[in-house]
Amino acid sequence: MAKHPTPLLDQLESGPWPSFVSDMKHAAELRHTNPRGFEQQVPVDVIDDLLGLLEMSYEDGTTHWKHGGIVGVFGYGGGVIGRYCDQPEKFPGVAHFHTVRLAQPSGLFYTAEYMEKLCDLWDFRGSGMTNMHGSTGDIIWLGTTTPQLEEIFYELTHTYNQDLGGSGSNLRTPACCMGMSRCEFACYDTQLMCHTLTNEYQDMLHRPQFPYKFKFKFDGCPNGCVAAIARSDFSIIGTWKDDIKIDQAAVKAYVGGEIPPNAGAHAGRDWGKFDLQKEVIDLCPTKCMKYEGGKLEIDTKNCYRCMHCINVMPKALRIGDERGASILIGAKAPILDGAQMSSLLVPFIPADDPFDEIKEVIESIWDWWMDEGKNRERLGETLKRLGFQKALEVCGITPVAQHVKEPRTNPYIFWKEDEVPGGWTRDINEYRKLHQR
Amino acid sequence: MAFVSSGYNPAKPMENRISDIGPRFFKDFLPPVLEKNYGKWVSHEILEPGLLVHEAESGDKVYTVRAGTARLVSTEYIREICEIAKKYADGYMRWTTRNNIEFMTTSLETAKALKADLNGRKFAAGSYKFPVGGTGASISNIVHTQGWIHCHTPATDASGTVKVIMDELFEEFTNMRMPAIVRVAVACCLNMCGACHCSDLAVVGFHRKPPIVDHEYLDNMCEIPLAIASCPTGALKPGKHDLGDKKVNTILVNQERCMYCGNCYTMCPSLPLSDKEGDGVIIMVGGKVSNRISMPKFSKVAVAFIPNEPPRWPTLAKVCKKIIEVYAAEANKYERLGDWAERIGWESFFEKCELDFTHHLIDDFRDPAYFTWRQSTNFKF
Repeated sequence: MAKHPTPLLDQLESGPWPSFVSDMKHAAELRHTNPRGFEQQVPVDVIDDLLGLLEMSYEDGTTHWKHGGIVGVFGYGGGVIGRYCDQPEKFPGVAHFHTVRLAQPSGLFYTAEYMEKLCDLWDFRGSGMTNMHGSTGDIIWLGTTTPQLEEIFYELTHTYNQDLGGSGSNLRTPACCMGMSRCEFACYDTQLMCHTLTNEYQDMLHRPQFPYKFKFKFDGCPNGCVAAIARSDFSIIGTWKDDIKIDQAAVKAYVGGEIPPNAGAHAGRDWGKFDLQKEVIDLCPTKCMKYEGGKLEIDTKNCYRCMHCINVMPKALRIGDERGASILIGAKAPILDGAQMSSLLVPFIPADDPFDEIKEVIESIWDWWMDEGKNRERLGETLKRLGFQKALEVCGITPVAQHVKEPRTNPYIFWKEDEVPGGWTRDINEYRKLHQR
Repeated sequence: MAFVSSGYNPAKPMENRISDIGPRFFKDFLPPVLEKNYGKWVSHEILEPGLLVHEAESGDKVYTVRAGTARLVSTEYIREICEIAKKYADGYMRWTTRNNIEFMTTSLETAKALKADLNGRKFAAGSYKFPVGGTGASISNIVHTQGWIHCHTPATDASGTVKVIMDELFEEFTNMRMPAIVRVAVACCLNMCGACHCSDLAVVGFHRKPPIVDHEYLDNMCEIPLAIASCPTGALKPGKHDLGDKKVNTILVNQERCMYCGNCYTMCPSLPLSDKEGDGVIIMVGGKVSNRISMPKFSKVAVAFIPNEPPRWPTLAKVCKKIIEVYAAEANKYERLGDWAERIGWESFFEKCELDFTHHLIDDFRDPAYFTWRQSTNFKF
């Protein structure tokens, strides 16, 4: 028997999509029957009270979590999001309901053995509710009490070789696409780079030392499966410099209808017979492709590497062999001065272990932003305030036309004094010799 | 509920402390076929909704079955995933960047049996536990946020709105009949944690009333300059408030300049603004992150306000479905929702989707707003 009636939430048990309410109710029951015999360290009815509190929010259309919450573990300045409900007498099970962020393995692969161990720990010391995963990538453990935080951390690090993720004005938990694990488009080892840089910058992740949050994301190609360009201050996106590899026989097989276009992604609807001209050549953004005499040609010099032709014909077209990555910087959500996608900083950079070239750019940007960034100013906003030129300067990068979508339209151009013959120190009396008042 | 120590000694907190060890190494968790063929994949194919095959240089094949999840899941649910992984996939599993679950096997027969098994598992009340799909030109899982389950600044709920939208669009998760993938995202406030600013269809929690000032406590709870600086429109200034027996330092809100973003509340607990009638959602459309054909795009506001209607948000679900239906009927193959709207023109988008165009949709935020107006005679009647 449920502790609180939840007539509104009950209506979210219908419909085909997995119901979080059904899952929570089942989990709430199992905390009472406790089939695995855990000596539960947070209230047995924590999920009942979570449902009760949520039902109250559904009734009155507002949240019932108090503002903020500052909790954590010694040695770190982040990793735990403190939370207290604003109706602790009614719902004592969620009076404390802190979130613990756990660092996830790159690519989000797990073994059942490991995952079950984590579940055991969380059933024992937490609510048993999770997010798999947080938007930034962490495993999210939703709901425990303050006295359990150090206990959880001790067991995580001592028994599971598992650290916390990031929160606060620091390097947040980096994330990547699945890269070379299971994708033929991966231009570099996203998982290894993600893992390596996460370890390299552990101090920046656990101890806030930045003006504001800073995120890394690693995409293996411009398809953006981890959305690096939109969701990380420092976005590393794989690419190549040489020719797209063409298997002409496979191209013919696509034309002949033997292989479905786009790996069969559109199979649920009749789009007609595959038309190479219409579906690939004419959609190429730079119009650098042609198909004549049964032969597909790509003018590499004019290719943007947008991935469209490769996406449509993955068995015929493959990424080049001279691989690396582009670095783009500054993406952020709207607050404060508007949303940004990352802007191209380094068109092509080697992306091989131990990733020294990439680290050099990261550290140059950090050295600058940590000094110049204002309180709670994302890198993208610092760029807007101080100019993109400044980022190029601190990274020692020569401006190239690839850095812009278009040149400026206004003529309000700054020059450095030493670029101008004679400098800026001038004598009005000298000027007056030629120009009377 | 007796306290059980882990071995941590609160009297000597820094003793035996392990720190800065980071995440577990991903290769420890890779299925053997993936580890063997790491970086050596040559092609892939979607055999049917939710079922992929990847082929390596070695000729090895791996079949992947993808299933939807609620993201907010219990350990019981994760244990069931583990049980499935052990039964069909040698105990390996992974999650996707859209919070779907994937199981991998080297046998097509096993993959098909797995798919059938997953589609057969339901919660007691009837919803699927692991609906298979989310591949190709479909509507995959909704990237979403905390909402009323855990956050203090939301203007709507996330888990609930996601559930009702996915129920409405469920057929599109298990099919591949869209012109291109349709990414849907939900964020419960303008902080837009996640992907709302860059999704084909996005739902964002929105307030419509300025904050209530808790003058009595404000100066004790807040660093006033931080709250002042948090306002994008300069609607806040420091001031005094007369409580009767004393004057206190506080913050004065210029209500004409406030657009209810809630960022001052993020900084200052004495400026709450949530409200049953005031709060609701906006709908944004046309964003994308991939570089395929066109550049990445921001999503644009298409619907200025839909009220919160818990538990099933019927208006929201209906409007989302309508936009998707019109897009699916009208867009060309490979055309993302934003590509389609730009090709036909936004005036046609509003007409076809039968959406009201109101003054709220015209940008008025600083200099860049000008660039969103129409400096041209090119338009459709």
